[in-house]
Amino acid sequence: MAVDPDLQETMRRAGVHVTSFEQLIDWGRSNSLWPLQFGLACCAIEMIAATMARYDMARFGAEVFRPSPRQADLMIVAGTVTKKMAPQVVRLYNQMAEPKYVIAMGACAISGGPFKEGYNVLKGIDRFVPVDIVIPGCPPRPEALLDGLMALQTKIRQEKLLGPNRARHASASIPGDVPVPIFGPHDLEPSANRAIWNPPTIPRKPDVA
Amino acid sequence: MNPEPAVILEQIRAAVPAARPVLLRNPGPAGQDSILLDTASAQDVFRFLKTAPGLEFDLLSNLTGTDWPEPATAHSVGVPPEIPPPPAQGFLEVVCHLYSTLRREGPLVVRMRTADRAEGAHLPTLTPVYRSAEFQEREVFDLFGVVFEGHPDLRRILMWDEFHDFPMRRDYVAPDDYEYEPTPHEAVWERAKEHYAVPDGTSETGAPAPPQSLGLADEAACEAACSPLREERDRLSPNPPASDREVTP
Repeated sequence: MAVDPDLQETMRRAGVHVTSFEQLIDWGRSNSLWPLQFGLACCAIEMIAATMARYDMARFGAEVFRPSPRQADLMIVAGTVTKKMAPQVVRLYNQMAEPKYVIAMGACAISGGPFKEGYNVLKGIDRFVPVDIVIPGCPPRPEALLDGLMALQTKIRQEKLLGPNRARHASASIPGDVPVPIFGPHDLEPSANRAIWNPPTIPRKPDVA
Repeated sequence: MNPEPAVILEQIRAAVPAARPVLLRNPGPAGQDSILLDTASAQDVFRFLKTAPGLEFDLLSNLTGTDWPEPATAHSVGVPPEIPPPPAQGFLEVVCHLYSTLRREGPLVVRMRTADRAEGAHLPTLTPVYRSAEFQEREVFDLFGVVFEGHPDLRRILMWDEFHDFPMRRDYVAPDDYEYEPTPHEAVWERAKEHYAVPDGTSETGAPAPPQSLGLADEAACEAACSPLREERDRLSPNPPASDREVTP
């Protein structure tokens, strides 16, 4: 049951915090993100800079990068995902414990970036893994990563844990794993997971040849 | 200081009688001439270049490949016309840059050519002479398909083992993996036309068109999830919404 925001504000002015378990849990989860420690390209340098003293991601509760996916709940895909690396990234995602979130950081992780027309770079990690936040940039500045992290925290704080609109990880019936692509003779097979990746199309007039 | 390939060529001829080296002139502004070696005696020549007093090219700094397709293929894949056409057969070329760290001299450019671009794409390995050739030869094998005979561990190094092609060859065709772009243009536009859905719901290639929405199963649920975000954003935003600004008399 949601808390009346007016009541919450009135009581807050009186020095009493009114909340629900859902809000409390979401608030706690949003301020205790554990990113997975891995970097793929130059975006990782900016990610590392964001964790260091000048930008200090610890202020937002996400300072401890975990070297094991079992201990992490946030995957920051920082850099170019080559087709050779993509199955390993998807496998790492599958090994993370629920609830888990993905930030695609930089042009390469979003769409392949400048290497999009090449033969060996995945055209965006969202082809295989559900992405929560995308941060454009080449590479994004540490401030942009912090902004993306705060956007993710806002998203987590809005999550419903019960009811019909509850978050994905709160439904036992929805699997958290995604299929891992395999290496084919020319490309990854499949080249995208159509269950989670459906780009929009522009209908074309028949007379435009 | 740059070595003199013409002088070194004579030294090779004197030391390795079986070798048939050819001097390749570079008429461009760089003027960097190179030596073309025949494959049969190439290893002996490289060993001579590495050890002979006065030469001592002890560092293989770079070993890379070049694709010279036959003229018909070159024309079809759009090789610029200013590049001179190779002989009718076409071949793959390996270019080595040798340096002498002892004499502080280099690079000496040495080339080798395969017989053709298919079954005859074989060259002798340089790994027994220069250890630094091992990974670079694997890369040339991976991307150009040159088989280095005698290489201790000739596997793909960049692409995955299951890959069946040589992507740096000029006639390589990447898999047709078109993705939606808001404003495709030029080459991408030509490819996009194949994939754009016509209004009856199928694309021209006959494949069913992907759904028109962004792929969210329930857009109402999405709206419900997004509206608190918007409210939060408006609340945090320093600028009040336009409707609030008109109150001031």
